[in-house]
Amino acid sequence: MPAVSKGDGMRGLAVFISDIRNCKSKEAEIKRINKELANIRSKFKGDKALDGYSKKKYVCKLLFIFLLGHDIDFGHMEAVNLLSSNKYTEKQIGYLFISVLVNSNSELIRLINNAIKNDLASRNPTFMCLALHCIANVGSREMGEAFAADIPRILVAGDSMDSVKQSAALCLLRLYKASPDLVPMGEWTARVVHLLNDQHMGVVTAAVSLITCLCKKNPDDFKTCVSLAVSRLSRIVSSASTDLQDYTYYFVPAPWLSVKLLRLLQCYPPPEDAAVKGRLVECLETVLNKAQEPPKSKKVQHSNAKNAILFETISLIIHYDSEPNLLVRACNQLGQFLQHRETNLRYLALESMCTLASSEFSHEAVKTHIDTVINALKTERDVSVRQRAADLLYAMCDRSNAKQIVSEMLRYLETADYAIREEIVLKVAILAEKYAVDYSWYVDTILNLIRIAGDYVSEEVWYRVLQIVTNRDDVQGYAAKTVFEALQAPACHENMVKVGGYILGEFGNLIAGDPRSSPPVQFSLLHSKFHLCSVATRALLLSTYIKFINLFPETKATIQGVLRAGSQLRNADVELQQRAVEYLTLSSATVLEEMPPFPERESSILAKLKRKKGPGAGSALDDSRRDPSSHDINGGVEPTPSTVSTPSPSADLLGLRAAPPPAAPPAPSGAGNLLVDVFSDSPATQPGLGPSPEEAFLSELEPPAPESPMALLADPAPAADPGPEDIGPPIPEADELLNKFVCRNNGVLFENQLLQIGVKSEFRQNLGRMYLFYGNKTSVQFQNFSPTVVHPGDLQTHLAVQTKRVASQVDGGAQVQQVLNIECLRDFLTPPLLSVRFRYGGAPQSLTLKLPVTINKFFQPTEMAAQDFFQRWKQLSLPQQEAQKIFKANHPMDAEVTKAKLLGFGSALLDNVDPNPENFVGAGIIQTKALQVGCLLRLEPNAQAQMYRLTLRTSKEPVSRHLCELLAQQF
Amino acid sequence: MIKFFLMVNKQGQTRLSKYYEHVEINKRTLLETEVIKSCLSRSSEQCSFIEYKDFKLIYRQYAALFIVVGVNDTENEMAIYEFIHNFVEVLDDYFSRVIMFNLDKVHIILDEMVLNGCIVETNRARILAPLLILDKMSDS
Repeated sequence: MPAVSKGDGMRGLAVFISDIRNCKSKEAEIKRINKELANIRSKFKGDKALDGYSKKKYVCKLLFIFLLGHDIDFGHMEAVNLLSSNKYTEKQIGYLFISVLVNSNSELIRLINNAIKNDLASRNPTFMCLALHCIANVGSREMGEAFAADIPRILVAGDSMDSVKQSAALCLLRLYKASPDLVPMGEWTARVVHLLNDQHMGVVTAAVSLITCLCKKNPDDFKTCVSLAVSRLSRIVSSASTDLQDYTYYFVPAPWLSVKLLRLLQCYPPPEDAAVKGRLVECLETVLNKAQEPPKSKKVQHSNAKNAILFETISLIIHYDSEPNLLVRACNQLGQFLQHRETNLRYLALESMCTLASSEFSHEAVKTHIDTVINALKTERDVSVRQRAADLLYAMCDRSNAKQIVSEMLRYLETADYAIREEIVLKVAILAEKYAVDYSWYVDTILNLIRIAGDYVSEEVWYRVLQIVTNRDDVQGYAAKTVFEALQAPACHENMVKVGGYILGEFGNLIAGDPRSSPPVQFSLLHSKFHLCSVATRALLLSTYIKFINLFPETKATIQGVLRAGSQLRNADVELQQRAVEYLTLSSATVLEEMPPFPERESSILAKLKRKKGPGAGSALDDSRRDPSSHDINGGVEPTPSTVSTPSPSADLLGLRAAPPPAAPPAPSGAGNLLVDVFSDSPATQPGLGPSPEEAFLSELEPPAPESPMALLADPAPAADPGPEDIGPPIPEADELLNKFVCRNNGVLFENQLLQIGVKSEFRQNLGRMYLFYGNKTSVQFQNFSPTVVHPGDLQTHLAVQTKRVASQVDGGAQVQQVLNIECLRDFLTPPLLSVRFRYGGAPQSLTLKLPVTINKFFQPTEMAAQDFFQRWKQLSLPQQEAQKIFKANHPMDAEVTKAKLLGFGSALLDNVDPNPENFVGAGIIQTKALQVGCLLRLEPNAQAQMYRLTLRTSKEPVSRHLCELLAQQF
Repeated sequence: MIKFFLMVNKQGQTRLSKYYEHVEINKRTLLETEVIKSCLSRSSEQCSFIEYKDFKLIYRQYAALFIVVGVNDTENEMAIYEFIHNFVEVLDDYFSRVIMFNLDKVHIILDEMVLNGCIVETNRARILAPLLILDKMSDS
């Protein structure tokens, strides 16, 4: 029989608990409980009124039974009765029962509210606290409606006891979280902030939680809390451990309060006030310094409490992301923890460092710990620590260490826990693709992935390797050779068979020259896997076989034999059967054979032209629409009726060449002529403009008008060769959006209902930095948010764009920033593409834009005198060094606006150079890493005709044309 | 924010549970079983933080008793870890014997320290103040 401990003597309860503890089995326990429940029920229903003590005892038993995991469906009323008792112990048990067991929609809520009201008004602090605790625990809307107005009053009242203030603060927090509308901001808010100054630390501890929640919703109303929090923190951090007496925990002054204050500060950006900021930085430094000092106690509690503050301090430093010195110190501190003997510290250090890796100031510092992290991945005994290590490796990965990290992750994958394999596979696939310098490495990596963890390689991953191999002809041979070798393993994963089947079917011919991998060998290798594979893979292999028949006629007989076999032609699976039958028929017919050479006949295009000269030009046009081949020749642009129906000889020539009409609207020939007249006194030569309008028109088109077809091709090109990212073509408005940024560096690049993209950029010499701001305009989180920059074609060799990763989630209403470092290596014509992908409400969204980086951003203005200008102008007099454009004004012709645009374009404006003061003359140098291109420009407005003539001379032909094209769009 | 506070023994019996976010009764049992299972399966070499669904478990073991705290990602793991110890020391201070007989008082202590998911008091003397009043009343 257990002795009753000090305090009250509910003997019956002690006996009951003791009985339960002595129960040998679950059944015995249930039996004992049921007996007790029956007893209590009969007591409650009995005629004799129970006294407070008995009620308390039974309610207490019920509570105990409930806590053992049994449902309780009676006793609520008795508990409510206890609330109005004057004895603390009875009241307390009543409140405890209600807090734990009463749910918010209970009918009893009115009775409970009444009891709470009485206790709140009692002015007895112990009773008030009980009542406040109960509101905080239940927190129902009814309670909120009844008490929301009273609690702020109690919280800030001068005469409230400290313990009441504490309870009131957290009670208010609960109500505010549950129904903010019931807690209107008011005069009390300012006084709540001042609770941070309260002399009682317990009150401050409670108030910080409340303020943290309130300022997340109303940051501006609570701004003043920053300086108060800083000064409070500073007082704690710099105090000797004995100053705070009871709030010192193992020689650490108020650790939990410090952590909370540091959390509160993370709701705000760094303080603007220099004094406050100075004080805060001092605090943060003190914490970092203390970590290096010898501990004041050997007890683990001491170092744990100290480290709790340290980690929170580091979180704040990362949150500010503005003090390089502190960031690097934080990183070094975490680096020490990486090798600490306490697993908890290693875990937390890896976790914190992961966020440090994304800061540009500390990314390099994080990278220095790569060996330790790799070691952690290999040797940690705890899967969650290993997982953190893998996350950190992923975060610190960049071009410089990608190969090492990927190979370590691959090695880890062989022994990795099943729970995290898929994630590691994805990480490896992403890193391999993102940082692939040579694609053979990429192919090796992915094939290794399939070999090591084939089951975890999702379809997306192996589809991707096929896309990349298909798009990059430099890697196709290597890929074919590698899969061929991989397939020779006696047991290889089905995913490997799929990739192998596809790649050999497409590019097997590239290795067919080697007798060891001759077509029959390739086929028998693939076919040896056939019977072990699933239906989907077999279907894929059948397609590979028909490709083989086409690529290698020598395999035809063997493969036809396979297709003809009963197991294929009469396969139970419809898909396989159909493929076998159809492929067999196709292979016997001539459909797959190469086209025989055409007999020499009249050119079909010529024939069409002849027909067109006949009765109806309209029908010819219809023909061209119907005939798909004409689309290809024309680059997807249909001939405009004007070109087709012009009866002049120049139009005939055009028809013959089937050249596309220029995309940029060429100046009407008549107008061109007019302009030539107007500017006849101009010193500039006009190589593009001939004497007669017809010829002028022609000569613009003749060398397939460089600027216009280029502009046409610029769009489909990335679609045909998307480079490392699979991206869609830019949105139709991309060009227009790009044009907005030719003379500007900042602004909104794109906006729709979901997303806004803002740009801020600065350029100096051949370098630039661009900040992209992605704003989520919805209230729903974007997921898998990934903006990437893609270089279409060989742009990569002309322009290097380094991007920072951004968080993959963007909360509703939030904005994330991405920093791009740009280096112009050589002159370039097409801008990089910005591909933004994310999931919004489950639906994948993707968007491709042109990144507003044009060659003129690297302009450096050059001032020069008139004499120098003309001298250089003459030096650049070769026809191909000049580009000229005559075009109609799209905007009102205002000299000031024009001036601003030219300056925004990047060139210097030279006054007193052109004899005509209406004209604008500019000079500058385009800075690239490889070379510098001097540029001279001249813009001649003609207000009367509402036209401009723009002349560019540079030392490099494509640059002249490109700049001319870009600038002409601006006026 | 603290989501729940559990005291569970090695046999998996819940000795105290306090939820700061509403969880259905039947789901509580399930959750507690899973939580204790994941704590029991760990060795002392593993860290005291477990990622569990969308929150973290922070646990400490005292002889046969596990104290497990579920938190969301706004809490400092180390601070909670040490907070558990602070709680245990308070219990140690007050109780001279098996706490099972005084669960109501353990609740009072916990309520003094944590209020709706936030740490509210860490000073030992102040945590125990209401209990001492209580004892004084019943002694007289």
